[in-house]
Amino acid sequence: MSEKIKNYRGEALKSADIKEGRVPTEKCRPKAKFAWSAGIAIGRFLEELKKAKIIASTCSKCGRIMVPPRIYCENCFKPTDGWKYVKDTGTINTYSVSYLAADATRLKEPILVAIIDLDGASEGMGIIHKLGEVDKEKIEFGMKVRAVWKPKEERVGSITDIKYFKPVKEETP
Amino acid sequence: MSEVAIVGVGCVGFQPILPELSYKELMYEAAVKAYDDAGVDPRKDIDVFVTCAEDYLEGFSIFDEFVPDQLGAVLRHLFTVSGDGLLGLANAYMLIKTGHFDTVVLEAHSKASDLLTLMDVIAFALDPVLNRPLGGHPYYVAGMEMNRYLHDTCTTVEQCAQVVVKNKKNACGNPYAAYGANITLDQVLCSDMCFYPLKKLEISTPADGCVVMVLASEKVAEKLTDKPVWVKGVGWCTETPNLETRDWSKAVDTRLAAEMAYKTAKIHNPRKEIDLAEVNDLFAYKELQHMEALKLCAYGEAGKLTEEGVTARNGELPVNPSGGLLGMGYGLEASGTEKLLEVVLQLRGEAGRRQVSNVEVGLAHAWRGIPTTTGIAAVLSNVK
Repeated sequence: MSEKIKNYRGEALKSADIKEGRVPTEKCRPKAKFAWSAGIAIGRFLEELKKAKIIASTCSKCGRIMVPPRIYCENCFKPTDGWKYVKDTGTINTYSVSYLAADATRLKEPILVAIIDLDGASEGMGIIHKLGEVDKEKIEFGMKVRAVWKPKEERVGSITDIKYFKPVKEETP
Repeated sequence: MSEVAIVGVGCVGFQPILPELSYKELMYEAAVKAYDDAGVDPRKDIDVFVTCAEDYLEGFSIFDEFVPDQLGAVLRHLFTVSGDGLLGLANAYMLIKTGHFDTVVLEAHSKASDLLTLMDVIAFALDPVLNRPLGGHPYYVAGMEMNRYLHDTCTTVEQCAQVVVKNKKNACGNPYAAYGANITLDQVLCSDMCFYPLKKLEISTPADGCVVMVLASEKVAEKLTDKPVWVKGVGWCTETPNLETRDWSKAVDTRLAAEMAYKTAKIHNPRKEIDLAEVNDLFAYKELQHMEALKLCAYGEAGKLTEEGVTARNGELPVNPSGGLLGMGYGLEASGTEKLLEVVLQLRGEAGRRQVSNVEVGLAHAWRGIPTTTGIAAVLSNVK
């Protein structure tokens, strides 16, 4: 409340006034359901994730190997020329620790999110995913990480077919 | 001030559904065709990109951000108009008129099939306190408007049905049309009553598709093509959103939009000076009501003219030779560019078996659908 105004006119509305019907209200919940066509490029990408593989598309003009794949090179504005598998390992380009959920409530376990430049893809191209099996204090730029896939029977052709990426060094004894 | 021309067009669709392409791929395919038609490289030759989309129809917040890649507009100058494609045309036109820009790309698309609850989203455009609690399908608004329009003008249900017969037949000759058909007046009149007096076959069905166009200033246009289509004038207008107080008989927003466009285009007698018109026919009666608002005929006269065949493709004033939205499909925010595409093809003499002979001036018109009162009109010509 502004310091200059000590008392606003009228009575303050309390949430109980709404809950108990003392003031008129209208409620309406939007019914908006979408089913986006994945298309040629992302359709293939998701099919490959189901097989625990990551696929890129390539541009013969600029030579880029692009993940996620697309049917056009946005820099050259020409159709892509082919498909190429990239590795499920990469390095951390940047990362953050999300302590809050989308509704701004504090998460019990923070989510570790990272941009991962994938091995075999062109520089600065890769995937955004979560990190796991790592202490948040120990995440570093350039850290080598590897995808941890869900078991075959649980993979459905989704970005979440990869559970998370974990540091490579921790798996070698 | 430089004149403004459309120098390239590209279209993919319209189809009932285009499940094989994502919206990005759909836009890319249409853009490739438009740039090829214009002979331009979007990475070097285009000053500004204007796209038209409404977030709620796309299912993305801030949809603007999802459009540069597929148009060749990465790290270029781009903005999105939250409105019909013809409003995008108005923006593109004004950009070139400022003298600061020579080439502008216009894009509008529909991926209506991605939206599983289209009518619920349209219902969400109704006032949440005064209208929505009453329930029902939002197209009852069209039923009320048609009823009042027929009552006031003595237009008959047969005359409205004739619009459907004409447009669906025209669409048979249009490779960009999703719903061409040879049907009879009786089939329309006997189709299900949906929103009295509006019947099922009088309602346009949604379709997927994309239209991309390249616009250029006079000096660039004349270098690029020997078939420029000049934008002679654009106008737009919105009446009140209140269902309770709007004009239910005349499309007054379209009337004022047309007057704005005609003023710039120096059109004094639209009926005589316009050779073909592509007008919004989301519902059959709307074609008639819009013809009157666009001054193509007197108030209450459009039904009679349609019955007499004046608005047929080979009539004295062809209206919707493309097949209209009834024949091509309702392309959401691309609806206006469906109209614009046909006018451009007709004025270039490239409309194939639906070509209207001796055309010099064409009119493209859009209405933003239920429950809006926004009309947009554009006058185009193949003569500078």
